[in-house]
Amino acid sequence: MLMNHAKQPQTALLQRILRSRLLGALTYPHSIDGYLEAIHPLWSAHQVRACITAVRHTTPDSVTLSLRPNRNWAGFLPGQFVQLNVVIDGVRRSRCYSPAHSAQAADGLIELSIKAQGTVSRYLYEQARPGMVLDLSQAQGEFYLPTPRPRRIVLISGGSGITPVMAMLRTLLNENHPGKISFLHYARTPHEVIYAAELAVLAAACPQLELIPVYTRQTTAPPGSGRFSAAQLRSLVPDFATAETFLCGPAGLMSAVQQVWAENGCSARLHLEHFTSPGATQDSTDAIHGEVVFARSERYVANNGRSLLDQAEAAGLTPQSGCRMGICSTCCCRKSSGTVRNTITGRTSSEANEDIRICVSVPIGDVALDL
Amino acid sequence: MNSRLPQLSPEQMQAFGQELDAIRDRVLADLGERDARYIRGIIRRQRLLEISGRGLLFLGFFPPAWIAGVAALSASKILDNMEIGHNIMHGQYDWMNDPALSSRQFDWDTACPGEQWRHSHNYLHHTFTNVQGIDRDIGYGVLRMSDEKPWHPYYLLNPLWAFLLAIFFQYGVALHDLEVERVLKGKREKRQTLRVAKGIWRKTSRQTLKDYLLFPLLAGPFAALVFTGNLVANLVRNLWSYTIIFCGHFPDGVQQFPKTILDNETRGQWYYRQLLGSANLSGGRLFHIMSGNLSHQIEHHLFPNLPAHRYAEISTEVQGICRRYGLPYNQGPLTRQFGSVLRRIFRLALPGQRQPALPAAA
Repeated sequence: MLMNHAKQPQTALLQRILRSRLLGALTYPHSIDGYLEAIHPLWSAHQVRACITAVRHTTPDSVTLSLRPNRNWAGFLPGQFVQLNVVIDGVRRSRCYSPAHSAQAADGLIELSIKAQGTVSRYLYEQARPGMVLDLSQAQGEFYLPTPRPRRIVLISGGSGITPVMAMLRTLLNENHPGKISFLHYARTPHEVIYAAELAVLAAACPQLELIPVYTRQTTAPPGSGRFSAAQLRSLVPDFATAETFLCGPAGLMSAVQQVWAENGCSARLHLEHFTSPGATQDSTDAIHGEVVFARSERYVANNGRSLLDQAEAAGLTPQSGCRMGICSTCCCRKSSGTVRNTITGRTSSEANEDIRICVSVPIGDVALDL
Repeated sequence: MNSRLPQLSPEQMQAFGQELDAIRDRVLADLGERDARYIRGIIRRQRLLEISGRGLLFLGFFPPAWIAGVAALSASKILDNMEIGHNIMHGQYDWMNDPALSSRQFDWDTACPGEQWRHSHNYLHHTFTNVQGIDRDIGYGVLRMSDEKPWHPYYLLNPLWAFLLAIFFQYGVALHDLEVERVLKGKREKRQTLRVAKGIWRKTSRQTLKDYLLFPLLAGPFAALVFTGNLVANLVRNLWSYTIIFCGHFPDGVQQFPKTILDNETRGQWYYRQLLGSANLSGGRLFHIMSGNLSHQIEHHLFPNLPAHRYAEISTEVQGICRRYGLPYNQGPLTRQFGSVLRRIFRLALPGQRQPALPAAA
């Protein structure tokens, strides 16, 4: 269900021609996109590309970008994320960001708010200019507002985890959502909240929105302060157990919230998005041992317990990689033998000749990779 | 090994290898924006040349448009095969982490499947350069390009075979990994041969469909003009790439080696073999680009994974190292180098051996 991007008929026809088998045969062995992008950087038959139209710095350490996507953009469900690719010093790098705009917005722009941490985000924070063209994926992810909308909704976010939740909130308010929406946002201090001004306006204008900012570094400011706790939640949102809750934030907040919901037996009503890697390092409970063999490059290293991608790069290899958090499968690689643990699921796998995502796989003992 | 080859002591050989390693490491550490901009710029120009070439051929009823179309399409195919395809498939741009420039995924506008090329060229030819009996680029299985190769009446037509190989070079390259001569001798497993043959058929038929059926048909009444235009462009590319490639390892003074040289070969000795087994072509910047920088064959063989547009600046350092170690650095203009290749093709048509000699000692 993609609401605001009903394709115009001529766009659909053009796309069908560009994606036709005939054009594929005429440009073989290259893709039609290689020719289109030579003419104009935004043109593509398959790839979503977007041009930056506005760059705003709303807090000291974040940047908000407005992007105009080309016609391949299929829209998004509020809460989903896109993988953004940028070229930094010649190297293509990618990171996932959740658009924060309303799925009902009429201007067709994608809005991304980016906190200046990590290589890609810092680059965008410093270098993004109107006119720049970026590569992105279609919207992905299972974290989005269900249809029909639940009536009573709780939104919880922390730090830059506000972006997917902001998309949900803006969409709900655009739809004149009839139910109550409680929005708990955790930040260290008030001036770190990316959408502070807009949220204040919305809260004043929309009676169904209950805005509850919580400042963890401040102990006096009403209504909430201090880190998330069960007692704090009960005083701020007493009916949380009967609402559908959408959560995105740093790992500490996420696990604290998950625990409270589990204790109250309402985990099924908690929907969440990990926006940072849940730690690509081996648990201290597993003894770190063994050797990692990179067969094709004839290199081997002593296992140091980090992800196979990190270890490959430390060994001087340049495997393809994308999101580095187990989403995009760019780093997918054949493991010929050995046991690895998936750092997201915690599951171990000892199958020979399986394809694994090396950014979220840590070796347990000897592992041989076709790299 | 030929006793007239310049000799280095084991210590010198090791130091020689370390100096070359240092060049490689320095360039690898310096890769970045400049290299990315270069290869993207070349690809963009190639794509625009191809679009305009194919477009002009549709107007081929106007002779200057036909000629310009053939010229643009020829240049496009040469760039695609040499500076772009050959170099990307070496992994020179893998560090950019871009699927479109990945050695594992790239394929080029020629009959040979990229996947097979990576095996026959990147692995066999570059690892075992100029080792007789292993490097199949010595004569490509059809020519006698080495004094050590036993003569046979078949080789009386060595020049004819060489000429035919030049004309049909893209198909010669495509069939390379099939190792026909080994198949004929029953030295190759049937199933493997079949798999390779299928890959060649798939690629070649799609190339043929594109250049000789679809584009001509699209031109309607001018189908014949587009057909011949594509034919000539492919021929120009074949002759040019053949000429450049034969100048890489067959001019006078380039050494070939017996299999025994591989025994316990050190890193320094490997560099030494690559240096003595390759020859450069001198020329301007455009000439180097249009030859895929294979005009810097020596640097390419020393550092096959470094972006080829860096070879020109590396070459002055390599020449300096060669001078200090008293090693030859084989370089000459295209006419001289190719002339000596032709002489070799004719000379080896006849039986008999000549002791290969370095030009200085001849």
